Amino acid sequence: MTHLDLAAPALSADWRRYSSARPWRAASHTPTILALLAAAFAFLWLPRLGSDYLFSAVLVPWLVLSLAGLGLNLLTGYAGQLSVGSAAFMCVGAFAAYNAQLRIPGLPLLGGFFIAGLSAAALGVLTGLPSLRIKGFYVIVSTLAAQFFVPWVFVKFGWFSNYNASGVITAPPLKIAGFVLSSPADRFLLVLGVTLAMTAAAWRIVHSTTGLRWMAVRDMDTAAEVIGIPVARAKLSAFALSAFYLGVAGALWAFAYVGTVEPHGFDLARSFQILFIVILGGLGSLAGAFVGAAFIVLFPIALSLLADHWLAGILAPGNLENAEKIVVGALIIGFLIREPAGLWRLIQKAFHRVQVWPLKA
Amino acid sequence: MVSLFRSLAITTTAAALLGAALPAQAQNKEQYFPLQSYRVGPYAAGGTGFFGGFIDYMQLVNQRDGGVNGVKLTWSECETEYAVEKGVECYERLKKGLNGAPAAATNPLSVGIAYATLERSTQDKLPLITINHGRTDSTDGRVFPYAFPLQLNPYSEVSAIINYIGQQSSGLDKLKGKKIVVLYHGSPYGKETIPVLELLSKKYGFALQQIEVPHPGNEQQSQWLTIRREKPDWVILRGWGVMNPVALKNAQKVGFPAKHIIGNIWSNSEDDAAPAGDAAKGYISITTHPSGTQFPVLQDIRKYVVDAGKGNLADPKRFGNVYYNLGVVNGILNIEAVRVAQAKFGKRPLSGEEVRWGFENLRLDDVRLKELGATGLVQKLQLSCADHEGGGAVRFQQWDGAKWNVVSDWIQADRALLRPIIEASSQQYAKEKGIALRDCGKEATVALK
Repeated sequence: MTHLDLAAPALSADWRRYSSARPWRAASHTPTILALLAAAFAFLWLPRLGSDYLFSAVLVPWLVLSLAGLGLNLLTGYAGQLSVGSAAFMCVGAFAAYNAQLRIPGLPLLGGFFIAGLSAAALGVLTGLPSLRIKGFYVIVSTLAAQFFVPWVFVKFGWFSNYNASGVITAPPLKIAGFVLSSPADRFLLVLGVTLAMTAAAWRIVHSTTGLRWMAVRDMDTAAEVIGIPVARAKLSAFALSAFYLGVAGALWAFAYVGTVEPHGFDLARSFQILFIVILGGLGSLAGAFVGAAFIVLFPIALSLLADHWLAGILAPGNLENAEKIVVGALIIGFLIREPAGLWRLIQKAFHRVQVWPLKA
Repeated sequence: MVSLFRSLAITTTAAALLGAALPAQAQNKEQYFPLQSYRVGPYAAGGTGFFGGFIDYMQLVNQRDGGVNGVKLTWSECETEYAVEKGVECYERLKKGLNGAPAAATNPLSVGIAYATLERSTQDKLPLITINHGRTDSTDGRVFPYAFPLQLNPYSEVSAIINYIGQQSSGLDKLKGKKIVVLYHGSPYGKETIPVLELLSKKYGFALQQIEVPHPGNEQQSQWLTIRREKPDWVILRGWGVMNPVALKNAQKVGFPAKHIIGNIWSNSEDDAAPAGDAAKGYISITTHPSGTQFPVLQDIRKYVVDAGKGNLADPKRFGNVYYNLGVVNGILNIEAVRVAQAKFGKRPLSGEEVRWGFENLRLDDVRLKELGATGLVQKLQLSCADHEGGGAVRFQQWDGAKWNVVSDWIQADRALLRPIIEASSQQYAKEKGIALRDCGKEATVALK
């Protein structure tokens, strides 16, 4: 632990936010408790209340993309390595899970997800290797290479899709311990369970030695190296764990959400979507991934539902869609000007203000 | 005592409300079509044309006939931008119907969205119509009870093209020793026909070379240099979007004659040929539905819908083009399925399961096509429990520099040859997913009762 203690002064103010030494520590439990309550609610009551639409079109994609955002946040937000290859890792996860289920008889579903994560992690380490020599924006190039290479491989070699004529894969029936997860609510619970477990694990990771090393590397890797942090290991472990999360997210995307995917479904646009989730929600914050994904997934849907309700017939359908895009875009710019550290920071600040009211924060 | 009164009051109010609500729903005789349309984004040309034609045909049925046997058609749109997850969201949003009118079928006109909603459709018992595209093996209705690649699946498409080339060479036996190059889009859609073309090449003895064009297809120099070296007799273009005009321009550059290039079903619109300018003159493509406005059904749409100011197209010049007419054809097939199902289940709004029966028992012969004013626009079609495609015929058209001219009669795909390959693929799917095959013999007896 000595190197860690030495590392502390080198870390920026960001680090203090995540360390246990923050000034409003007592208050910080409240959001955690709220989150736990929300999770309990989601598990126990939501399946009875929600509709198919809510689960399979709104909540499941939100949770899966949150998990993906979380994965990228480990790499970009905590370890400071930029990546535009998130979709490639998801793609590997999806195809690995499919092939694992297909080729290993009797493999439990969660075992398949684990293999998906491991396969993606292996590619993650490979992609991360150049980051040992090059820095900053240049690392993007190697992740970009993965982004173009992976779908090409899956399209080119039929084995990965079990020689399906169109090169797509379809999820097998989802079964856990004899229960068949057939309804949207079941699939939602599966996604929720995996997401919550992995979020808790991520919480442990970023507060562990590994997480602190990542942050040291992020804030100044030369300094980190000087004080004895194994920079190469820190970077590669960040690539591996991040890719693991993205791989599982990809498997969930294919199995629990879309059902049938083609490699080009995981294109550069998806990688950017995940990057925007992280930037919008808040770099280096676990909750930020959820808030960012909510903004990217839920907000356009809400806007489109509202527009359907109030504006249908007034505006042509094509124009309606364009108007929605303008509103979403303007809001993104507005939010980022108001709070460059992301939506989660904005929420935290508002929360803090409420706590100390009527005093000024 | 008070509480007794209160509960009585609540019960009566509730009963009254229910009573008021029920007849209102029964009066509401409407059949709903959820439209996962796309009017913005890179494929807007296809989306606006197709959904414009589809909506205009439904308008026509409502305006001219007062609906299908008195059941009015209703629809609403949800923008997908051709993106899969938006398509899924739209599917889930719209599948429940509209104001009590049940959904009849979904028509996403996107391979990706169709794949993603295939299982959902089966679970929700809502037919999924993929006219002229979709998963080839979903032709096998025993494994895919709710998917309908109507008219023409990808295998039939290439088989019909080979038959046409045979006809042009005065006999399929003359194909021996000929050389054919297939230029395909580097995507699942483009790859889908590779094995079946190899099979056809073995069967008829022509030399075959299949060359991939990476997505999106605006770089084709090396591919066309290969073609110049190989000097094939024919080039089959299985393109998509920008790839098509670029192919035609490159063909001109290397001196390959456009009249020996045959475009497939996604290389056949005005938007594919016109941008290539002179290079496209003489270019041949297949179509399941000619463009043009001379068909009585299009004249009726003009009279009842467009001239009444209710047309869906923003640009009236596109009335009668390839995409628009595909929308009209799609409208005719959907509405006819509803009509067939109504004859069995009654003249009322139908569930998706009932409409599925309508599709499986859809039969369009010359008489019915004439009644519909669609002779020459729609091909003869007969679907069944096991056969969800039905037609498998195409016509060939040639670009004269300004418009398409039909240059052949209906040319049939060799469907008997294709069926075993389709069944092998669908059975592999059934095995992977643990689906039991439907017994179509049994279904037929149920239908007869």
